[in-house]
Amino acid sequence: MADIIMAGFGGQGILTAGKILIHVAAGEGKNVSWTSSYGAEMRGGTASCSVVISDEEIGSPYPAKLDVLLAMNEPSFDKFIGDVRDGGYVIVNTSLMSKREYPKNVQVYGVDATDKANNIGNNRAANLVMLGAMMKVTGMVSVDKFGEGLQDYFDLKGHNTSTNIECYSAGAEDVKAL
Amino acid sequence: MNTDYVLMKGNEAIAEGALRAGCRFYAGYPITPQSEILEYMSLNMGKRGGTFIQGENEISSMSMIWGAAAAGARCMSSSSGPGYDLKQEGISYLSSYNLPAVIVYAMRYGLGDGEITAGQDSYWEAVRGGGHGDSRQIVLAPASVNECASLTYEAFDIAEKYRNVVIILSDGAVSQMIEKCNLPEPKEHDIDEFDWVISGKPLGTKKNKVTNLDRTIGYEASDKYVLDKYKTMFENEQRWEEFETDDAELVLVAYGISSRVCKTAVRQARKNGIKLGLLRPVTVWPFPRKAFEKMPESVKGYVTVEMSLSTQMGEDVLLAVKHSKPLYSYLTTYHIPTADGIVDYCNSVIAGDVEPREVI
Repeated sequence: MADIIMAGFGGQGILTAGKILIHVAAGEGKNVSWTSSYGAEMRGGTASCSVVISDEEIGSPYPAKLDVLLAMNEPSFDKFIGDVRDGGYVIVNTSLMSKREYPKNVQVYGVDATDKANNIGNNRAANLVMLGAMMKVTGMVSVDKFGEGLQDYFDLKGHNTSTNIECYSAGAEDVKAL
Repeated sequence: MNTDYVLMKGNEAIAEGALRAGCRFYAGYPITPQSEILEYMSLNMGKRGGTFIQGENEISSMSMIWGAAAAGARCMSSSSGPGYDLKQEGISYLSSYNLPAVIVYAMRYGLGDGEITAGQDSYWEAVRGGGHGDSRQIVLAPASVNECASLTYEAFDIAEKYRNVVIILSDGAVSQMIEKCNLPEPKEHDIDEFDWVISGKPLGTKKNKVTNLDRTIGYEASDKYVLDKYKTMFENEQRWEEFETDDAELVLVAYGISSRVCKTAVRQARKNGIKLGLLRPVTVWPFPRKAFEKMPESVKGYVTVEMSLSTQMGEDVLLAVKHSKPLYSYLTTYHIPTADGIVDYCNSVIAGDVEPREVI
């Protein structure tokens, strides 16, 4: 159903964003896989995870072409934009992007994820702002339903805060086509 | 809808599968990409009443496994690359005493330190490398997180059935990925279940011994026991999965992470009328020769897909088909193969642009 890469700096919560996504999608009865880049390149460089969501048995957990790219910083955007299918969705964190032209063969959306999360008072939750934007734009799971799943993920972890869902909702509300 | 799943990494599923099989002793030393096995064991072994030890190195950890196995405990160790090399001495000793144990090999790529990312170029070491001397280990190769749990769970039964070492051969990709996993029912193992275990016995009664090469039954009987055991394991334990092989013209042979990509490649190729199939060995030792014996007449050749520099499993394919069909190998070293790459390679094979392989 969807081949996705989520990427950003190490520490932006990219791997967690992927884990929340598979938690919710699996709960919806989908097959899911999550793989992360690991190794020396993670320190200060780009961290990323690949997520595959499918009704079928999942073959390769490393998609070659992407339906969705979620880029939390500019280097991640540059690294993976070429892998997005024509017509695919790209969600960028405009807080950390320079003013630039975006390719026309894909649908690019942006949200000030880092700024939003800081303003709400949860500077670690820019990843959740991005997830809100992603659900709004792709309609992969309805915004409300995914929000419940996100709450469930943090409740199970035992450290949910009210700002989590606030950040997520802000992303869904403020995402704009670029 | 399946709701009994948990989402976990392959490494965690291996550890949980072992705990649920009644493994109550783990000793090992951390190395990427299998360190989550130690982390999981250190966190959970105590809760199950077992013992977790991070040894001072791989060799001492294997000696501890040797002791635990002789005492009858279900025990496990795990490693990768240079760490696994050090396990081989212990595997040879376990084999010489006919002791059951489960050893996990999560392959990383390359010689020496190599890379810490996934590879499949330690196939020969896992399949042929039981340390010094003549020995065989059953080698199970999971291709999903679910199989990481189920094959590890079963590995302990197989190890005890034959009094033999069983290897779980994973790779950095299968070990590190998260998927849905259905965990098997937890069970306990009785440490005194078998009459060969070394345990406390009253004065005057005959005590069990483990001695090198187990010559207690005589040299000839001992050699026969071991050879018969390997033959029986070879006969009885071959396992594989077939996918779209019924009318296949070219059959991909792959295990672990590569086999998953191959499945995607088969689907992709068949959409374009190219008759690919997949034969996935679940046991890489014993190599599933029976599967090759029953392949249809339509098969014109075999293509191994391996993350290695030279064709490793390809040699086993040539042995299995007794050189009756040409062998090709799509080798991707430290890169995870792509479905497009596999299909392109197969198209080149069909077009006659690729020379069959013998060795290397």
